[in-house]
Amino acid sequence: MKHTLLSVALAAVCAMPAFAADYTIIAPAAPGGGWDGTARAMQTVLQQEGISGNVQVQNVPGAGGTVGLAQFASSASGDANQLIVGGYVMVGAILTNASPVSLADVTPIARLTGEAVGIAVSANSPVQTIEELVEMLKADPGSVSWAGGSAGGVDHITVGLLAKAAGVDPTLINYVAFSGGGEALAAILGNQVTVGISGVGEFLPQVEAGTMRMLAVSTAERWVGTDAPTLMESGYDVDVQNWRMVAAAPGLTEEQKAAVTADIDAMVNSASWAETLETQNWANTYLSGADFDTQLAADIEATTVVLKDIGLVQ
Amino acid sequence: MDTFGFLAQGLATAMQPMILLYALIGVTLGTAVGVLPGIGPALTVALLLPVTYGLDPAGSLIMFAGIYYGGMYGGSTTSILLNTPGESASIVTALEGNKMARAGRGGPALATAAIGSFVAGLLATLALAFLAPFVVKLALVLGPRDYFALMMLAFITVSAAFGDSTMKGLTSLFVGLALGVVGIDGLTGQARLSFGVPQLLDGVEVTTLAVAMFAVGEALFVAAQGSAMHDKIHAIKGSVRMTREDWSRSWRPWLRGTAIGFPIGAMPAGGADIASFLSYGSEKRFARKPEEFGHGAIEGVAGPEAANNAAAAGTLVPLLTLGLPTTATAAIMLAGFQQFGLQPGPLLFVTAPTLVWGLIASLLVANVMLLVLNLPLIRLWVRLLTIPRHWLYAGILLFATLGTIGVNPSPVELSMLMIFGIMGYLMRLHAYPIAPVVVGLILGPMAEQQLRRALAISQGDWTTLVASPVSAVLLTLAFLGLVVPPLLRWRGKGDVLSKVAAAED
Repeated sequence: MKHTLLSVALAAVCAMPAFAADYTIIAPAAPGGGWDGTARAMQTVLQQEGISGNVQVQNVPGAGGTVGLAQFASSASGDANQLIVGGYVMVGAILTNASPVSLADVTPIARLTGEAVGIAVSANSPVQTIEELVEMLKADPGSVSWAGGSAGGVDHITVGLLAKAAGVDPTLINYVAFSGGGEALAAILGNQVTVGISGVGEFLPQVEAGTMRMLAVSTAERWVGTDAPTLMESGYDVDVQNWRMVAAAPGLTEEQKAAVTADIDAMVNSASWAETLETQNWANTYLSGADFDTQLAADIEATTVVLKDIGLVQ
Repeated sequence: MDTFGFLAQGLATAMQPMILLYALIGVTLGTAVGVLPGIGPALTVALLLPVTYGLDPAGSLIMFAGIYYGGMYGGSTTSILLNTPGESASIVTALEGNKMARAGRGGPALATAAIGSFVAGLLATLALAFLAPFVVKLALVLGPRDYFALMMLAFITVSAAFGDSTMKGLTSLFVGLALGVVGIDGLTGQARLSFGVPQLLDGVEVTTLAVAMFAVGEALFVAAQGSAMHDKIHAIKGSVRMTREDWSRSWRPWLRGTAIGFPIGAMPAGGADIASFLSYGSEKRFARKPEEFGHGAIEGVAGPEAANNAAAAGTLVPLLTLGLPTTATAAIMLAGFQQFGLQPGPLLFVTAPTLVWGLIASLLVANVMLLVLNLPLIRLWVRLLTIPRHWLYAGILLFATLGTIGVNPSPVELSMLMIFGIMGYLMRLHAYPIAPVVVGLILGPMAEQQLRRALAISQGDWTTLVASPVSAVLLTLAFLGLVVPPLLRWRGKGDVLSKVAAAED
């Protein structure tokens, strides 16, 4: 009995790559998170659609994805069968951790999905609109406490950008970082902080239940599921989305890069990918080729500037 | 329909043969991963998530919940028998449980853990069904300052686990606190004590440290003593069952553990580990024979084991009622809900009542299954200790290493396991207690973050720490816990303490 239990558990745990695979996707995070979810969704769709016969997912967690990125850049060079999943958080983490390996050391292929950052207050908060919030921020930046995700992450960057756009010194913002979504939500619902900032998806169920009020979203367009205005509409020049991407190994030939891009194109245009986006509640913000390269460069530059402004990067 | 009606309906769902099968798979897997050091329920659920994609939502969620409960259960077995906690919530169980096992009382220790977990799981699940809406309102009242006060109380309470020398206990605690500083600071994003090693940026993993200090350290200690081992282990001495005295000494700790564990698990920043620390401390305070603590007091097993299972049920309160995942396992269960298009939160009880009540009822069923599965196994488990030592400890080392690199296949992680293992060995050799190191690593970063969050919110005003009634009460308790015992001893009235304890009993 004991041996059966142990072997069952071991089989579950040791589900590590053992065979030669058409693609190996590195998820630079622990199982269960967004990047891991993206990698595993890609695995399922690539196999189901017959784009790739055998796809393996390998988790290399650590330091906002920079541990996995560094390992990938050094060990996968020239290997067109290896992919890595990443995202906007990685852009910030590379800067704040002063990572020696950056996205310039891999071959970015495409942006896959994205999510707006939402700004929300508890339903019984006196703050009604984003304008009121910004007025408070202008009057006394420290009096507005923001509950959001980890320091230097997309939530923190969005607050910094909003402060700048509103003419407030970004170093004065009172940003309270929470590690798990649950604790931050509890702090917002319990009015422990003035306002919350996080992925729209975390807030929407609360908004639907009437326990929270969404003040604004960070993308250029309004977000499905909420009638909150964009920051742009409200007069603040901020356009941020928390996107996820896929990159290939460094040192690929143009043909190899084109082949990988074609596979990813085929995956994104398939019916099962559409279905996956639907069930996971992910928004398709697919962008590849030169357009993606331009957008990525712009995102990296804006992030570098704002992280310096907040004082997180010297 | 009232709560009873829903629960009855839920039980009808839970008794379907397929659902029963899922629950059985869940508790069996959960027990197994709880037993294996380094592999926790969170990882198991995460790995099973893609597998369950095509399955029935109710069945898979019930299986996940079974894994969660089973994991809390299984963790105690290795803690007690092998002094190797499977996860952080079972660390204090090892303190008294392993002493009991070495004295040939492994059977009763395992039994009180199993029955205590059952009682706590049962009561806490009923509390989940009936009290969730009220408990969750209380949980939202608490902010960072209250959590900071709770951490302070936990710090004072765990000093009960320091062993005989306060100085050595404090030294161990500070080693743990120092390890807790390693990594990216949560509030500013700056790296501390990482020495340019990227793998250290995420800090020291609690399970790696616990497995290294307890399992690897113990194996090295045993190996170093060789055949000259004086401390003879009795596999079985007396009955494998609990005696009448064991029962009478266990039932109060079970209830107290449940009362401590459930609300702390329901708090967004609580958790099963803190619940088990507080329970251990309070059992030592209330014990009729406090001098037995550190030498195998059954209360020290019964209380924390009840507390960690009650906390596991408590965690489901914010998850189901507010959609707040407060532990790693809960976060992954949330992902599981979302995979099936269900959004836990204020609306879940309205939109999917069959599923929610089925889940709650299944937890009751899973609890019974765990007891049925584990009580007969005790006879088998205690025989583990009759395995020749070199085989036993070689096996422990193997599983500890596999568990650690299975979670994070990196040479840095493996090196940390070995270095901390050697540290654990040296500490054992010089009679420094091990548990405070792990406790420091768990509580240190939490307390620091809550304190800094509280001060950020108050914009640097320290009076905020006592401004809420909850934090004021908790800090007062912590302060009394720190000051009163030495004061009484100093006045030569040490016996007053035990009289007070007896009167309060």
